[in-house]
Amino acid sequence: MPEPLHALLPRLRAVCGDDGVITDTARRRTYESDGITYHAALPGVVVLPTSTAQVAAVVSLCAEHGVPFVPRGAGTGLSAGALPHTEGVLIVTSRMRSILEIDVANERAVVQPGVANLDITRAAAPHGYYYAPDPSSQQVCSVGGNIAENSGGAHCLKYGFTVNHVLGLEVVTPAGEVVRLGGKAADAPGYDLLGAFIGSEGTLGIATEVTVRLLRAPQKVRTLLAAFPTMDAGGAAVSAIIAAGVLPAAVEMMDALSIEAAEAAVACGYPAGAGAVLIVELDGPAADVDAQFEEVAALCRAEGAFEIRTASDAAERARIWKGRKSAFAAVGRISPAYIVQDGVVPRTSLPEVLRRIAELSAESGIRVANVFHAGDGNLHPLVLFDDAEPGAAERAAEVSGAILDLCIEHGGSITGEHGVGVDKACHMPEMFSPADLETMDLFRGAFDPAGIANPEKLLPTPRLCGERPGVRKGVHPLVERGAAEQF
Amino acid sequence: MHEATTTTLTEALSAGGAAVREGTSADAVHGRVPRLVATPPDTAAASALLAAAHRHGLASIARGNGTALAWGAPPLRCDLLVDTTALTGIEHAAGDLVVRAGAGTPLADLRDHLARAGQRLTLDPPVPGGTVGGAVATGLSGPRRMLHGPLRDLIIGMTVVRADGVAASSGGRVVKNVAGYDLGKLHTGALGTLGLITSVTFRLHPVPPALRLVSAQAPDAAVLQEWTARALRSAAVPAAVELRWPAEGPPRLQVLLEGARGGIDARAAEVAALLDAPHTAEALPPDWGAPPGGARDTLLKVTAPVSASALAARTVREAARALGTSADVGGSAGAGVLYAALPADADPEAVAGVVARARAALAEAGGTLTVARTAPHLADPALDLGLDRWGPVGGLALMRAVKDRFDPHRLLSPGRGPGGM
Ligand SMILES: Cc1cc2nc3c(=O)[nH]c(=O)nc-3n(C[C@H](O)[C@H](O)[C@H](O)COP(=O)(O)OP(=O)(O)OC[C@H]3O[C@@H](n4cnc5c(N)ncnc54)[C@H](O)[C@@H]3O)c2cc1C
Ligand SMILES: Cc1cc2nc3c(=O)[nH]c(=O)nc-3n(C[C@H](O)[C@H](O)[C@H](O)COP(=O)(O)OP(=O)(O)OC[C@H]3O[C@@H](n4cnc5c(N)ncnc54)[C@H](O)[C@@H]3O)c2cc1C
Repeated sequence: MPEPLHALLPRLRAVCGDDGVITDTARRRTYESDGITYHAALPGVVVLPTSTAQVAAVVSLCAEHGVPFVPRGAGTGLSAGALPHTEGVLIVTSRMRSILEIDVANERAVVQPGVANLDITRAAAPHGYYYAPDPSSQQVCSVGGNIAENSGGAHCLKYGFTVNHVLGLEVVTPAGEVVRLGGKAADAPGYDLLGAFIGSEGTLGIATEVTVRLLRAPQKVRTLLAAFPTMDAGGAAVSAIIAAGVLPAAVEMMDALSIEAAEAAVACGYPAGAGAVLIVELDGPAADVDAQFEEVAALCRAEGAFEIRTASDAAERARIWKGRKSAFAAVGRISPAYIVQDGVVPRTSLPEVLRRIAELSAESGIRVANVFHAGDGNLHPLVLFDDAEPGAAERAAEVSGAILDLCIEHGGSITGEHGVGVDKACHMPEMFSPADLETMDLFRGAFDPAGIANPEKLLPTPRLCGERPGVRKGVHPLVERGAAEQF
Repeated sequence: MHEATTTTLTEALSAGGAAVREGTSADAVHGRVPRLVATPPDTAAASALLAAAHRHGLASIARGNGTALAWGAPPLRCDLLVDTTALTGIEHAAGDLVVRAGAGTPLADLRDHLARAGQRLTLDPPVPGGTVGGAVATGLSGPRRMLHGPLRDLIIGMTVVRADGVAASSGGRVVKNVAGYDLGKLHTGALGTLGLITSVTFRLHPVPPALRLVSAQAPDAAVLQEWTARALRSAAVPAAVELRWPAEGPPRLQVLLEGARGGIDARAAEVAALLDAPHTAEALPPDWGAPPGGARDTLLKVTAPVSASALAARTVREAARALGTSADVGGSAGAGVLYAALPADADPEAVAGVVARARAALAEAGGTLTVARTAPHLADPALDLGLDRWGPVGGLALMRAVKDRFDPHRLLSPGRGPGGM
């Protein structure tokens, strides 16, 4: 252990207690990576604070000694944002898991950062409310991690992302100070630091208390599955639905390869011979949902859907979602390894980009399965390869990188929800000019002049670039445990 | 730094392509006449302009159509007025429900353009005369923010010229994107104190086919509060719950429903059943979402948790009455963001008193009060009114650190930032 860190240990123990400070190598190793296992580093020391005061005291010590710190929630991140610093302190929020308040009258919940996303909805449900952002990892991922990544979910097409649902934060700054941004009321005076903090990937400090908006559960939810002969036809249906002025809660699409994988894994029974399936979910006032549902079905038929199934109760809905939700795990079963990509294109470019992905796949002999949030153009191509085959990983990484290039070429983004972290930091210059990046760095420096908060994440550094994107082997451990279903 | 002759400065400022002229009294901001007025035709020219202004130590203030220049504190300095009205251009990707607009684009032009595709920027009211940049810099958010979020939630990308002239973008042109810091959030509502906005990319919504406005007069604040709660809880999913409480007379609640034609009447009936003697209209009144009071009134921005928004309106009215004046209050009861107008001729001490008194009472309920705009006779900086425009600002030290990095020499709308920065 490096000397400055060693000198800190007694003081960290005084703050977090003996059981709140982990130095044992084997135990530290359990924190060496997040959801991207390819990036791994042994944390210098791990602390498990239980309160804001403890977090502030730990960060103050780091600031005083110039020691870097890395926040960590549940470690499900898919951009290596919580990758530890070997000479730093990993601050884990897993002991800050209290729901502090469900305030129905104000439609707010106040929670600690380690609370699992879904637990907010569980606590609010008896009152007829829920917390809208629903990343597929929601059974385990923490609210603090959601804030850091500005996480989305299948329903963010209509309801927006984490940033649209967080009204207040208590933050421990990189100087160790406790600051409140926003609260139960909207529009706190002054610059919108709250909005800018969300999505900052742990580089501006640690969120220690979170106030979120609760939404009234919709009166009606209806789900439809439409099978198309080709991806082009499915894509055209998505465009037609949006052009008709319908704003579904979710629009998800799967291609033939992912349908085949899902069929083999969970026998979801999607229509045979489909080149694409579309899942469209509508929610809201019953009358609106019913009217728009008929419209969506008609549009799908007009674009060549050869079979349409509808669900009106929860059980039927689950049956439709089953294939979609198991698709990623299923793909893991048909390929020894794969890379999960997360790129965004303007929705109208989807057909073109999907065609180009198919060409890339054909040229390289690397299979690519497409399961994605079609409504907002957020692609999650799975680049399949056999890591036992020499050179396959490199070729897969090339295809994965080429897909990102395609996204940028079409005016899209290198990440729609998984974040930049370490994994994509060196792709940032493809999307942003040096002046853009320098401006972002100016902003970062306002919070963290000493550069100790999650260093070497989000913005490119010379040391980082050149590393390969994350490669996943088989089924993700979370999926295997049944803790998460999909991406 | 003011030794340079006007001719030298004009040359330096126009080198990058901006049209430059001398300022006149018609260009004054809170009575301060700028030495020069420059109109850059594009971002590159704006960048060269601000770089030159930076080299010469000139303090600049952006002006769109000037409808809200009185918002914010009187600037401490105003050497250069940057007229944004040539920064126009609308790039509408209708199929993607996205539009990019130059900061000087009139909101009305943008609205008309989008309407042709059956779409809208869900920012209401469509302010006559205001520009995209002015709306973003003042952080305008109308009634529909309740359902669709405040203006900042509709912004997906922004290009800004920094105080040193460097042009930088953040965000992008797709609705879903988490690459890099979302700096557009910082500039929204910053009154131009962190940079000159040159273009903004927004997410759009389809214009819903039908609307109904259900309104009713409430006997008092408690009933108003109860109705607000009912409307929020109803499965009819209102787009807006607005409160109108003129200085004289009882308050009204307006509940806006938007959506499919088939369901709209049933939803309106559902809401009407929650109110007493409701009235249902099929169109919006002309003053829909307009801030209360007249253009010269002092305008206060009031926030409160939604369970106390109507009560917050009462708090401000009572404070006004106690100090011998009156308040006209309106805004989103459903989002907990209201505006209160105090008469333009109100006594300066009374205004300062209302602000202090109402702010203290609101703070107890988790709310805030800031002064958005002062009546002209209160705007003279020489007048020490003891008027605290901001009150306590959470995170002010961090805001100062941000300002220090973005504008260390305090050249952008100095004095108008949080806490008087
Ligand atoms: C199977 C699976 C499915 C997924 N599906 C989705 C999906 O649908 N949508 C989606 O958006 N993402 C998805 N993800 C990615 C991931 O779950 C999210 O990014 C999630 O928000 C991360 O939360 P976490 O608690 O695991 O954070 P971690 O991985 O522990 O950390 C993520 C980042 O947050 C920072 N951080 C953590 N806590 C704090 C805090 N309190 N304050 C400040 N910074 C903090 C860390 O430093 C790091 O940069 C999925 C991941 C998996 C494995
Ligand atoms: C609920 C509500 C309702 C409103 N209703 C009305 C209404 O009905 N009528 C009305 O006139 N106003 C209304 N306003 C005010 C509205 O915000 C402004 O009138 C208008 O949008 C400003 O546009 P402008 O171009 O005239 O801005 P200006 O008056 O030119 O500028 C306003 C402020 O923004 C700054 N600014 C302007 N452009 C830029 C830029 N490109 N970059 C950086 N800073 C810039 C200026 O320096 C100034 O501080 C309302 C506001 C609210 C909150």
